[in-house]
Amino acid sequence: MSKGILGKKLGMTQIFSETGKAIPVTVIEAGPCIVLQKKVPNQDGYSAIQIGFEEIRESLVNKPLKGHFQKAHVKPLRYIREVRTGDVDNYQVGQEIKADIFTPGELVDITGISKGKGFAGSIKRHGFHRGPMKHGSKYHRGSGSLAAKGPARVFKGRRLPGHMGAERVTIQNLEVVRVDAERNLLIIKGAVPGTRRSLLVVKSAVKGK
Amino acid sequence: MAEEKGEKYSVDLIQAIEQEQMRRDLPDFRPGDTVKVHVKVKEGNRERIQVFEGAVIRRRGGGMGSTFTVRRISYGVAVERTFPLHSPAIGDIEVVRRGRVRRARLYYLRDRVGKSARIKERR
Repeated sequence: MSKGILGKKLGMTQIFSETGKAIPVTVIEAGPCIVLQKKVPNQDGYSAIQIGFEEIRESLVNKPLKGHFQKAHVKPLRYIREVRTGDVDNYQVGQEIKADIFTPGELVDITGISKGKGFAGSIKRHGFHRGPMKHGSKYHRGSGSLAAKGPARVFKGRRLPGHMGAERVTIQNLEVVRVDAERNLLIIKGAVPGTRRSLLVVKSAVKGK
Repeated sequence: MAEEKGEKYSVDLIQAIEQEQMRRDLPDFRPGDTVKVHVKVKEGNRERIQVFEGAVIRRRGGGMGSTFTVRRISYGVAVERTFPLHSPAIGDIEVVRRGRVRRARLYYLRDRVGKSARIKERR
């Protein structure tokens, strides 16, 4: 069944597998998350659990949200996200979700906000080739031709310089290498979107085997 | 739960994970030293230990990712192997001889053969 947890990216390091291979890993502080609300098909049109992560001061929460937290009898939380899942009945409001819902070897999808790159040129943003920097060339990192002459206009979807990064990105099928429920840690093989301390949503893989 | 001091906390956790993996049982050695590295080799489901002896020509990196390179002449062919220092595939490191060298990276040994490729012993 699909399941999910919220977490914070802590950073990357490497660890060794039993065979002595070095694996690049991302360490995620995952949970504990608290179930705030259950969404059920005959009331909400779909089934999901709403989970919250990271306690905050009461003064940081507005009144409507405060009421929402009171309903679930929990302290105010910084992040609230929904996880679509079929087995809503297995969860209770107020229940804690910890990192040990995942097991090592499992595949997960991780969603986060990627690092912002600002206004980026077409080489960085779309992987265009660069022109010669020397030998009399005056065409260095520009966009080049935008279209054929005939239509007398530029077609929609032309890849141009513009804002890059700071968008929602999901990386699919990342392997869980280690789970540490005591310290609320998930250790994931490979890189994950976002800066350190940014929010991540970890869900079981949609496409995994 | 990490809240106010979020940043400091997170760096500590990563360091804690690295600390758990690090090997403290290995001897201290420097570039110029001659070492025997006991490498665990897996053949099928059998494990045996292979010894690679030679001069340390480089140590790089700090913490979990640090590596060292050992150079030896085997049957007239120079072989350099780079090992991750904290790898569990390393059984043991024996320091055979301590060498006196004046730089940290002994790449000049690659251009030398015979007598000039020797390293003076450090006492």
